[in-house]
Amino acid sequence: MPDLLIELFSEEIPARMQTRAADDLRKLVTDGLVEAGLTYAGAAAFSTPRRLTLSIDGLTAESKPVREERKGPKVGAPDKAIEGFLRGAGVAREDLEVRDDKKGQVYFAVIEKPGRLAADIIAEVLEKAIRNFPWPKSMRWGTGTLKWVRPLHAILCILSDEAGVAVVPLDIDGITSGNTTRGHRFLAPDAFSVVSFDDYEAKLKRAHVMLRADERAEAIWNEATTQAFALGLEMVEDRGLLTEVAGLVEWPVVLLGRIDDDFLGLPPEVLQTSMKEHQKFFSVRNPKTGRIERFVTVANMETADNGATILAGNQKVLAARLADAKFFWENDLRVAKADHGFDEWADKLDHVTFHNRLGTQSDRIRRIELWASKLATYVGADLEQVDMMANFVKLDLASEMVYEFPELQGTMGRYYAQADGIEEEIARACIEHYSPLGPSDGVPTLPVSVALSLADKLDMLTGFWAIDEKPTGSKDPFALRRAALGVLRVLLTNDIRINLRQHIEDELDQYLVGSLFQNDVRKGPVAYKLYPVFEDIDLEKIDEDFEKMWRSSPILTYLAQDEDQEFIAPRDAHEIISSLLRSHLVAAEELMSSEEKDTYEVWDYSDYEGFVSEAESWRNFRVELCASDLLSFFHDRLKVFLKDKGIRHDIIDACIAMPGNDDLTLLVKRAEALAATLATDDGENLLQGFKRANNILSQAEEKDGVEYSYGADIKFAEHDAEKALFAALDAAETKIAPAMDAEDFSTAMTAMAALRGPIDAFFTDVQVNADSQVLRRNRLNLLSRIRNICLSVADLTKIEGTS
Amino acid sequence: MADKPRSFQEVILRLQTYWASKGCAILQPYDMEVGAGTFHPATTLRALGSNHWAAAYVQPSRRPTDGRYGENPNRLQHFYQYQVLIKPSPPDFQELYLGSLSEIGIDADKHDIRFVEDDWESPTLGAWGLGWEVWCDGMEVSQFTYFQQVGGHDCKPISGELTYGLERLAMYVLGIDHVMDMPFNDPQSPTPLRYGDVYQQAEREYSRWNFDVADTDKLFQHFLDAETECQRILDAPADDPKTGKNIIMVHPAYDQCIKASHVFNLLDARGVISVTERQAYIGRVRALAKACADAFVQTEAGGAAA
Repeated sequence: MPDLLIELFSEEIPARMQTRAADDLRKLVTDGLVEAGLTYAGAAAFSTPRRLTLSIDGLTAESKPVREERKGPKVGAPDKAIEGFLRGAGVAREDLEVRDDKKGQVYFAVIEKPGRLAADIIAEVLEKAIRNFPWPKSMRWGTGTLKWVRPLHAILCILSDEAGVAVVPLDIDGITSGNTTRGHRFLAPDAFSVVSFDDYEAKLKRAHVMLRADERAEAIWNEATTQAFALGLEMVEDRGLLTEVAGLVEWPVVLLGRIDDDFLGLPPEVLQTSMKEHQKFFSVRNPKTGRIERFVTVANMETADNGATILAGNQKVLAARLADAKFFWENDLRVAKADHGFDEWADKLDHVTFHNRLGTQSDRIRRIELWASKLATYVGADLEQVDMMANFVKLDLASEMVYEFPELQGTMGRYYAQADGIEEEIARACIEHYSPLGPSDGVPTLPVSVALSLADKLDMLTGFWAIDEKPTGSKDPFALRRAALGVLRVLLTNDIRINLRQHIEDELDQYLVGSLFQNDVRKGPVAYKLYPVFEDIDLEKIDEDFEKMWRSSPILTYLAQDEDQEFIAPRDAHEIISSLLRSHLVAAEELMSSEEKDTYEVWDYSDYEGFVSEAESWRNFRVELCASDLLSFFHDRLKVFLKDKGIRHDIIDACIAMPGNDDLTLLVKRAEALAATLATDDGENLLQGFKRANNILSQAEEKDGVEYSYGADIKFAEHDAEKALFAALDAAETKIAPAMDAEDFSTAMTAMAALRGPIDAFFTDVQVNADSQVLRRNRLNLLSRIRNICLSVADLTKIEGTS
Repeated sequence: MADKPRSFQEVILRLQTYWASKGCAILQPYDMEVGAGTFHPATTLRALGSNHWAAAYVQPSRRPTDGRYGENPNRLQHFYQYQVLIKPSPPDFQELYLGSLSEIGIDADKHDIRFVEDDWESPTLGAWGLGWEVWCDGMEVSQFTYFQQVGGHDCKPISGELTYGLERLAMYVLGIDHVMDMPFNDPQSPTPLRYGDVYQQAEREYSRWNFDVADTDKLFQHFLDAETECQRILDAPADDPKTGKNIIMVHPAYDQCIKASHVFNLLDARGVISVTERQAYIGRVRALAKACADAFVQTEAGGAAA
């Protein structure tokens, strides 16, 4: 069985795309081969900065012939139908066979596809793969139309078996396949031929190319740790950087360099970030002091001076970079240590936009302060600390260091807070209020951090919800899913009980009428009342509807008139007014601002009260709608989160349907208890019993047109099982109600599950639909007690059938 | 492999000689203020259309916001770029480029030269391309780009573009730490001049003017004038009544686009353009660049049939 070797040799492929590209090549080619009828034993793909390589072994030498019979139209069918069939089957009319069928004579086409040689199939599949390769970004070059990530120079494509090796002929826009490749760009640039994958990999190594990315990464890491160890130092681990650097070199040469003494006083995070971001250097730490004292750079070159020139160059570049960092650090510290130094930063943030519809960073700080102080009571944080830190944690956004390295936000804040004399533990809030940043990031537990972390994220969520910038599909530019998951984890980890709906509504309300749209409470309602009206206008019918509308309101009348108080064309008026309203409601503000109201005489203040109350009721409606939507976003996040913990989405749905579902901590407890109960034998059987009771009851209620919800009486009970069920329900009720009140879900659910035996016995011994209407009604009312008791624990109708 | 150059101008001269020997027309700088060598019509306009092209030139470039009164070792508001544009991009463009480094004393055997992903985009020119920043021992020495689109037009064929930051490159080759200390001419000559002797004073003067003194009202007016004039030129009928010829005035219009772009940069340095306005201004310059590109492809130089 032959082996296949493919190499696509190009100019330098971006490091971040290499691994994925190797995978894509493997998938595209192997899928194509299999689809064409070949099989293979194994396939492996590799990447370096200049090549994608695919090795497939144990490939079948040719595909099997295929014979297919296809049934066609009846004999005597219209020519058009027959021609269509011929086209589809790819056969000629004289090749059709006529066979007897149940309904008469029918045409059959017998399609014979001969087996094809592997080489022919490979050429076809590889060409298709190259032409349709899913690069994140691709380009053309020279005069060609072929697209690749960077210019593609050569294709190696050989099939080898015991008998020998052969090039699979291929010509893609003038690039012809061959059996040669090249080594390292500088160390071994000449072409050489290869006969197999083993031969290829070995010769590449002699030509200073390590084919395997993991081998390069390992070589880098081993050599770096060895060199660091020799100096009594240790490497600072960075997987992402290691992968990237391994994608920047074909022949890694590890060089360990010095950081000038001048810079050793910089915070380790600054050194690390500057070196990583600008130079792709690893940091080397002194384990005794925790300080970063050296760096490791990985060159792609062996030189006669053992890298001395390369290292000297790198050190020089680093010194220039760190001189910048030091300059920023010292300037920032000067601010931090000065009296009222931070006021300068706070002022700066007045001019830094957070989002053009959500105000500046200063606006955001004010909102976070407000919400954090409200949250403080729920999380047990000291109010004074929360107020102080709310005004501090974002200040470093105005620092020079964070301007240069945005990823150091929070980290720098902590240093500057300490420089200002803020207690070390409290200063942690600068970093922690951003947490958790991802599913593996730690969750803050320090109360002040918890309050600020929640306030930070809830402000983002309510803000973007208020302006309708919610995540859609794969688009989540403001990382709102992460923010919601963060809220969830902070609440759960710290066991915080809070009814989010009220809080969310308060925030949304502020957004709709509050500081964002100026403080004058009148302005928001005016514009918000008008805006949806304009959004909903049917432009087709604008001429008839519009006049009515603009005469209905003095503001509209004003806006729809020109200087001579003549009405302008409806479409023009619509465009003017809606764009005015949309652009931050400026027009409405101007109309309403007190200094100028006299100039707009058309504004009728006489019914101001009525207008405001109407606008407010509209606003409340919108706030509620928006809050419900955000809450269900939280619930969706919760489902994803709990799914990872093995709790099914329908179990969560059953709990979401219960009151108090905006207390996420409570919701999770309920879901956990329900999942645990349903996992038991009793629980599962109870669920079946409940469903049966519910089905019978629902059918009867539908048929009879009444609701059986009240009045089951033990005196009409005939059977022992029936009496026992009455007793069991009484017992369960006395246990469940207080347990639910105490939020002791597991006791409540255990009591509910204990109903399983009596319910099963009831259904075995008793016929609900008895001939006696009295008995039937009594039994249906009994079933409704089962339903009510179960539904008081969780909405079991939401649980998907398990039988 | 040649000896190391001894001065800033020798680095430039060697690049000129090298690219001349590789068949490039050695053009002179464009006689207007631009932010980068890319703005020279020899790049922006000539990257468009089907005609082949090969040119190299030095372009003095101005970035008013980068002024540091001549005190920062690497930052200048006026600096030189070396620009190469070859269309279609030759298959051995990378090797040609490495040859140029060797010519100015960067020997690939002794250094670590790497091509690190860097996608180039110019929002003002409506242009983008893929390529790399080229690193020599960890320092960025050039931008290497395959132009894909200019002025909103797909490039066909594709041009290969090189931009060398001359001061930084020369400082590296000459082993100089502060740009103002760099020998401009031969240090052995009767009148040795350092970079600072030539430019220190001008840097200081321009930094002050850029940041604090430039008349912003006038600049806003200049921007409007340039914008209007650019559109007016392009709106003029192609048929010239005087000569009876078809003359689309792309280059004069493009000059106005360049002017608008530079005035915008000056306003930006004066800090009178807010974040939101910034995007709008960039969009207006891009509209001019696009209009010029649209016009250029209608001309003979732009590949339209004569």
